[in-house]
Amino acid sequence: MEQAVDTVREAPPSEPRWAERHPIAALFARRGAIGLVTLFVVSLVVFLATEVLPGNAAYAVLGHTATPARIKAIEDQLHLNRSIFDQYWSWISGVLTGNPGRSFANSQSVWSLVAPRLVNSAVLVAISGAIGTVLGLVLGAFAALRKDTWFDHLTSVVALAVTALPEFVVAIALIIVFSTVLLHLLPAVSLIPPGSYAWSRPELLVLPVATLVIVIVPYIMRMMRAAMIEALESDYVEMARLEGLRPWRVTFVHALPNAIAPAIQVVGLNFLYLAGGIVIVEDVFNFPGIGQGLVNAVSDRDIPTIQLIVVILAAFYVFVNIVTDVVALLASPRRRLGR
Amino acid sequence: MTAVDAPPSTSVEVEDLQIRLAGGADVVDEVSFRVRPGEILGLVGESGSGKTTVALALLGYARRGLRITGGHIRVGGRDLVGLGEGELRAVRGAEVAYVPQDPAAALNPTLRIGHQMREALAAHPDAADDPEARIAQVLVDARLDLDSGILRKYPHQLSGGQQQRVAIAMAFACRSSVIVLDEPTTGLDVSTQRHVLETVRNLCRSYGVAAVYVSHDLAVVSGLVSQVAVMYAGRVIELGPTERVFADPVHPYTQGLLAAVPTPERAETLIGVPGHPPRPGHRPSGCSFAPRCPYAEDRCRAQNPPPVQVDGRLVRCVRASQTAGATPRGGQVVAPPAVRTETLLQVHGLDARYGRFAVLRHVDLRVAPETCTAVVGESGSGKTTLARCIVGLHANWSGQMRFEGTDLAPGARRRDKEVLERIQYVFQNPYTSLNPRKTIRQIVAQPLAHFRALGARETDERVVTALGEVSLGADFADRYPDQLSGGERQRVAIARALVVEPTLLVCDEVTSALDVSVQAVIVELLRRLQHERHLTMLFITHNLALVRSIAQEAVVLCDGRVVESGPVEEIMERPADPYTVRLIQDVPKLAHRVGAGSGGASPWSP
Amino acid sequence: MTSVLVPDSPSPAPAAVRTRRRRGSSTLARAARTRRGAIGLALVGIVVAIAVIGPFVAPYSPTAFVTSPFAAPSGSTLLGGDVLGRDVLSRVLAGGWLLLVMASAATVFGVVVGAAAGISAAYLRGSTDGLIMRSVDVILAFPSLVFVLLLVSIVGPKLWLITIAVGFVQAPPVARVLRSATLDLSERDYVKAVELQGMRPAKVMSSELLPNLVSPLMVELGLRLTYSIVIMAGLAFLGFGQPPPAPNWGYMIQENRIGLSSNPWAVIVPAALISVLTVGANTFTDAIARVVIGVERQGDDATLASTLGLGNLP
Repeated sequence: MEQAVDTVREAPPSEPRWAERHPIAALFARRGAIGLVTLFVVSLVVFLATEVLPGNAAYAVLGHTATPARIKAIEDQLHLNRSIFDQYWSWISGVLTGNPGRSFANSQSVWSLVAPRLVNSAVLVAISGAIGTVLGLVLGAFAALRKDTWFDHLTSVVALAVTALPEFVVAIALIIVFSTVLLHLLPAVSLIPPGSYAWSRPELLVLPVATLVIVIVPYIMRMMRAAMIEALESDYVEMARLEGLRPWRVTFVHALPNAIAPAIQVVGLNFLYLAGGIVIVEDVFNFPGIGQGLVNAVSDRDIPTIQLIVVILAAFYVFVNIVTDVVALLASPRRRLGR
Repeated sequence: MTAVDAPPSTSVEVEDLQIRLAGGADVVDEVSFRVRPGEILGLVGESGSGKTTVALALLGYARRGLRITGGHIRVGGRDLVGLGEGELRAVRGAEVAYVPQDPAAALNPTLRIGHQMREALAAHPDAADDPEARIAQVLVDARLDLDSGILRKYPHQLSGGQQQRVAIAMAFACRSSVIVLDEPTTGLDVSTQRHVLETVRNLCRSYGVAAVYVSHDLAVVSGLVSQVAVMYAGRVIELGPTERVFADPVHPYTQGLLAAVPTPERAETLIGVPGHPPRPGHRPSGCSFAPRCPYAEDRCRAQNPPPVQVDGRLVRCVRASQTAGATPRGGQVVAPPAVRTETLLQVHGLDARYGRFAVLRHVDLRVAPETCTAVVGESGSGKTTLARCIVGLHANWSGQMRFEGTDLAPGARRRDKEVLERIQYVFQNPYTSLNPRKTIRQIVAQPLAHFRALGARETDERVVTALGEVSLGADFADRYPDQLSGGERQRVAIARALVVEPTLLVCDEVTSALDVSVQAVIVELLRRLQHERHLTMLFITHNLALVRSIAQEAVVLCDGRVVESGPVEEIMERPADPYTVRLIQDVPKLAHRVGAGSGGASPWSP
Repeated sequence: MTSVLVPDSPSPAPAAVRTRRRRGSSTLARAARTRRGAIGLALVGIVVAIAVIGPFVAPYSPTAFVTSPFAAPSGSTLLGGDVLGRDVLSRVLAGGWLLLVMASAATVFGVVVGAAAGISAAYLRGSTDGLIMRSVDVILAFPSLVFVLLLVSIVGPKLWLITIAVGFVQAPPVARVLRSATLDLSERDYVKAVELQGMRPAKVMSSELLPNLVSPLMVELGLRLTYSIVIMAGLAFLGFGQPPPAPNWGYMIQENRIGLSSNPWAVIVPAALISVLTVGANTFTDAIARVVIGVERQGDDATLASTLGLGNLP
């Protein structure tokens, strides 16, 4: 089409002025506010779901041995006879002050049960996420540069297959290959002695990390490949070529920075995915993290533990979303600086 | 095809250039031309003619899916065809430079202007001893203000005109001997366009470069270039000195194209070229233009015509000797009906906003029944918003609008069915205004079903009649929009608007997405329908040249205000407001108008 | 940019265009004719055939003890014995159909709810949009498996609950994809054209928008089916599926993995069947997406991943 379409140019931005001048602060404020509201609603949902729906906490604790007298006793212990609002308030203030109550399973403080698991899971997510991100971005960029070669075709077919595999299948396959049937190189389960943390025995981390990396790399790779191809086929890259710039400069100075911004979004999504992915991977490898803790708590109907872990995961979601948005904003001068 | 006179020295020489799709279909074939230092060659053609492909080939570059498969491109004596990537890199930017069509897309959004300019110079270290001084020099040459800190800015922080000037400065930075300009003023306002063209002209002259200027706009080219090559379906069909080609075109396609260009100087009817150009891979044997040519005979279809020399230019037409001098001329527009004193639509004190941003300020407008009123303005003037307020698409306005004596509510949802039926709207872009999942029959029948609820047979009859009125046969009814060309789609959109017999038809830039030869057909169609059906029409346009061909009254908008209004003749001949004066001055006009030809006898006559 | 492929192109040959009509069925047929599509369909077909015919041809009852625990494959038990000495082959043949039924039901539920939410949010804008998208945010704040586990922990591992819950967690990504597709469409002039007639929003959505959303909907259906199977199998693996004696591919992996070194087939075969099913479904979905955006013709899947890139995580 030869003429620019007019209507777009006639629609000026409707953002307020302050936000235009401080886009990062504005984004922080908006995202932070939305995040807090989301967290509040999540906490309400978790609380109401676990406390009010049929099979309430007291019943959950006692299971089929429940008698009215025992239910009453538990309810008194948990302040369940108070109003919903009071209960929510005492729970949420407990969570916020680091005192989220006691486990139904063994009466220990929930926090002391969850804290070491949280550290282990954080290590797992951080290592897997870092390796997966770097690997995915590099492979994706490389596939884009080698578009339509055997490397590109191979990686895209492998990625297509791997994205569809359930995590436990990947994990079991790794166990079969490296620890039981074929080879005996690595431990099949990551039993970490109580009181020590995941990094104390690095070999225990290898298979869980490998599983998570295998699961996230294809997503990041595909997105990076697409973003990179789009950048490589853009007018400004064509222009850079027509100026006689060297290929490495065209690739790394002109195309790559423009491909990073969309890739960041998918990296963020994959960190979020890891927060759910650890549930199954930790279960397979008996890795003592919050994922395994959640599965155990669900089996035991240990409501306070479930509540705390779910709220932690939701907070992680909000945090990653904010970080992703800010990094994506920093990567784009157009959005960062305004006109 | 060789140039007319053997030139003393040649900067760029293209010979028998052939570019094909990866699948083997011809995109460009048998293209030859030469450009001497200090000379500008215009490469003109409609969309799909292959002009941009040729332009990029001058840098030894072909877009993905295309390959240069034959011919020679000699720059400074060296043939670019067959050079390796490394050698081409040394040529690109240094010996041949490129100015892109859309600088907003061609400047890297993540790099500062200074970075991009220094990088271009650093790629060719021999070009300048002191890069910083050179950058300062070319920025000044391109009329950019160095003190504004432009080198520290990102592309999106510049206006469209500034972006294009930066691109031009970059092209001239390395003192290349050849510059390729690919529609560099598309999307710019006429005034900015005129200034950019002046800069280009001066730079080419003072640096003594050979320039190739690619454009679809004949008026722009006519005032700028000394030689013109007209492209059609991948071939140059006429090549010669600009004044000869434009004043007395020989090839039937050139003749048709020139007859379709509107002029702000006279009220002429426009003559379009029927049909559409063939796509690569679907080109007919023989002359590609034969299916649309009024002179075509059997031998035209038999073989591809070789270039023949006629009257100082080269023409690919076997009947060139007979076609010369037969260029059609649009007739004088029949005297517009006496301006009526009644009022159909009265707009009073209209203020419209997008968010907090005021787009229209206190606009007054009176539309008399059975007349065509043009609303003229540049992009950002608010003309489209005015149209959208009137039809009910934009509801955020205050003021008063009266249609047939009753107030119009803001927003279509709050208007009566009868009012919605009586005001119909034709959208700017026919590629988005038709639902791709519906047949033409369903699309045209839809307003009938909504407003009239007629029986199936009557609905069908009216659809076929409406299509007939816009010169589309009944066989179009069962096609889908993506099977139609842009011009055909716009006819469908007009049929959809007219099928419910509205009183007021609002046409919003209805030809801006179309090629000039198709634009002429659509404008003539609208004029005919307006007269036949006693329609009242509001014709929104940025194209001042069109106004005279179609409208009787005009309103000039600038920055959301009406600066002038009155009869078209009055405004065009004796503009009162300085803005209108400047607008009329700056609009590109064909510098060499086809002489008073034998219009009546031409086979082009509609 | 003036593209090489002419925008104002003349009418293409009617025969070439006819194949693009009747959007739904012909897209599926064309996807099935591509190499990827054929492979994907074949993989899914094999697993579906096993799951559907399996229960009728199983040599033993899936709950009968016929051999010793983790017995190696033999003439009478082709895939050996499981943790309790039941026939692995019989359990494999009987343990798939319920997974398929539940995953399909969850997918349909999730896509319908998600599409309705996404389209209404985009078209109605304002507070409807805000409410729907904030709800989507809240649901997304739970990793999908965690959300289902939360419900299971409250109500117990009921199959109907798992089906609805898995469907429900599929809805937010569907809503996001369809919202952005609809936002794009609702700015098109053909939608404005019917709005100018005063057409009711419900009618605009159903008669103008929906026909243009068939393609993203089909891609979403495929993706969501893949992830529904993944989540269902994962839940079963964790022990939140059918109660124990019943055969289930996901749980078979869990209960038999302690015997990996004695009889790995008790783990490998159900894991392979689940993988073939999800990989097949994903491959066929990829073929649909490629047909939809014309990659099969142009060999360019830059837009593919950006269409699929966001919102396609399990």
